[in-house]
Amino acid sequence: MHPALQGLLTIIIGVSGCIGYFYFSNQFLDKVLFPAKGVNAGRNINRANMIRPWLFLLPALLALGLYLAYPVVETLRLSLTERLPGNESAFVGLANYQQMFSEPKFWEALKNNMLWLLIVPALSTLFGLLAAQLSDRVFWGNIAKSLIFMPMAISFVGAAVIWKLVYDARPIDQDQIGVLNALYIYFGGDAPQNWLTTPFWNSILLMVVLVWIQTGFAMVILSAALRGIPEETIEAAIIDGANPFQVFFKIKVPQIMGTIVVVWTTITIVVLKVFDIVFAMTNGQWETQVLANYMYDKLFRANDWGVGSASAMIIMLLVTPILVWNVYNVRKEMK
Amino acid sequence: MDSVVGKKSSLTWAVHISLLLLVLLWLFPTVGLLVSSFRTTDQIATSGWWNSLTPSVQNYTLRADPPEKQIEKDGKFVIEGNLFDKGTEAVISVWGVSSQEISTYKAGETGELRDGGTVMVAPNGDYRMENIEAFDGRRGQRLFVTAETPPEFTTNNYESMLLDENNNEGMAKAFFNTLTVTIPATIIPILIAAFAAYALAWMDFPGRALLVAFVVGLLVVPLQLALIPLLKFHNEIGLGKGYVGVWLAHTGFGLPLAIYLLRNYMVGLPRDIIENAKVDGATDFQIFIKIILPLSFPALASFAIFQFLWTWNDLLVALVFLIDSTGETTVMTKQIVELLGTRGGNWEVLATAAFVSIAVPIAMFFMMQKYLVRGLLAGSVK
Repeated sequence: MHPALQGLLTIIIGVSGCIGYFYFSNQFLDKVLFPAKGVNAGRNINRANMIRPWLFLLPALLALGLYLAYPVVETLRLSLTERLPGNESAFVGLANYQQMFSEPKFWEALKNNMLWLLIVPALSTLFGLLAAQLSDRVFWGNIAKSLIFMPMAISFVGAAVIWKLVYDARPIDQDQIGVLNALYIYFGGDAPQNWLTTPFWNSILLMVVLVWIQTGFAMVILSAALRGIPEETIEAAIIDGANPFQVFFKIKVPQIMGTIVVVWTTITIVVLKVFDIVFAMTNGQWETQVLANYMYDKLFRANDWGVGSASAMIIMLLVTPILVWNVYNVRKEMK
Repeated sequence: MDSVVGKKSSLTWAVHISLLLLVLLWLFPTVGLLVSSFRTTDQIATSGWWNSLTPSVQNYTLRADPPEKQIEKDGKFVIEGNLFDKGTEAVISVWGVSSQEISTYKAGETGELRDGGTVMVAPNGDYRMENIEAFDGRRGQRLFVTAETPPEFTTNNYESMLLDENNNEGMAKAFFNTLTVTIPATIIPILIAAFAAYALAWMDFPGRALLVAFVVGLLVVPLQLALIPLLKFHNEIGLGKGYVGVWLAHTGFGLPLAIYLLRNYMVGLPRDIIENAKVDGATDFQIFIKIILPLSFPALASFAIFQFLWTWNDLLVALVFLIDSTGETTVMTKQIVELLGTRGGNWEVLATAAFVSIAVPIAMFFMMQKYLVRGLLAGSVK
């Protein structure tokens, strides 16, 4: 069957299946199981209303459990076992972790990830804040925001191609077609550099791609926060003689600190999962390895599920503080 | 803010200029790729895209017609013609007859050929070779010219990447595969999430707060953890790699955000409407279908655009759950990564392929930006 047809069929089956499930399960509950009539009408209505939420939740809970919760446990198990021939596995304790810790490539990935964690959220938030503050003050601010926001719609792979052209290097006797080398030569550089194969700087240049994408996100959130600042606080500061920089740093920034933290942590999570950019641009060569790509290498190139799962658990471990913090905040909010 | 200060701040110009610089900096890379995708192979390889609007000066190695085309005229053997392909508008400045001396003569001058005879090259590429003896050999004389070509743009790159069915590096198949992945993977989670979100927002049951916390927790679980366990699971139930697998995976991975966004939105709907409907005897199912769902349209649209962008741009999930060894089900992101490996220097191919895949999400972005912004504001955990 043609995949497009299959897709259409899936939409129809999926959508009508969902609606059918919800409709008929509700009907069954109300008409057959606990009918709202007869001597037990009142009790039946109460019982039906106790069960109904779970009818509404069931498909979502099944999917969440199977596709997100179960894998966390299963990955933990896999990271502690070794795959044996014939679909068997044996418990090996922390051997996979030990092996991983003995690999220089892992430490390189971890070190790079830490660098990403320091640089990308900081720069994205900084540029986002700058763009938000500037665009709120000019009449064409919305257009400016749209354009800075646009990279959010571009895939990491597409962005990788876009930036690879920027970093492109041609032999010295030819015109440079990559902007970076053209500028480098123009400002007196001696020879075009192969930026993506130069350790340290190549990692930074990969980070630039993610900063370029994430700045729009930071800008949108921070811009909304800036607009939410009560006007009086700013007026008071201006009357007291604060200059625009003081107003920004001493009045506005402290008031949106909560939002800045949210933006920072959200981008941190994106950074921890970063895979496509490295995969498409350097594939972890020339000392640009990051955890997610290291994990992909282990899982699907080396076919080593044990070490692959162990490195996935490291990513999970790094995400956990943010997870706990988010859950804590939401629980506080709901009380 | 200006009204508060009472006078135009002296910083106004600085603000305009810095913002303009920032916007240009952010646009520059994308525009570069877009412009490149409309340039010819030669132009991309020899000059930066920022020069694409100015005439470019390039060195060409061209061939005159072969000796078999010669005609005898007034006792001389003559080969005449034009060095350029039809339609090329180039202006030759200097030229030469050997690769060591490519600028011996100015255009319009007559030069000596090494094997005897003379050749004249005009600025427009017209040439005339003359000799008293017949020219021999099979191939035409090589001429080295330096010519200035006017800016030239072409849609050939797109034609060959999208319409040429013999081009096995083309994007047409991958485009449809991506579409096939995206649409069901966007629609199905919405419905499942909407029901769950309604229950979490408006139905009272023990454990509700715990479930909300559970969803918020799953929001940040890296999907990397899910790859192997789910691939194993898909293999065990006989699903293997394929569209159904990737639809299910995207549904699962998209649900936490969907539920979270929709629940937050539904909680904010006015309580009166729902209670009135209940008093009038409507069941939860009716309330959901007839009241909540239509009112939640903005949140549904927010999530839809998120999920669309995410599934369209995804590489990892497709690599793991969809693309098998036959490569029949390749998606655009994967196709581009392959091209980066095999055609690393051919920017006309890369730029065009990338833009084919970027165009749709960018169009969606500009059409639904409002909902995207709303979704972002509602979706970031406070």
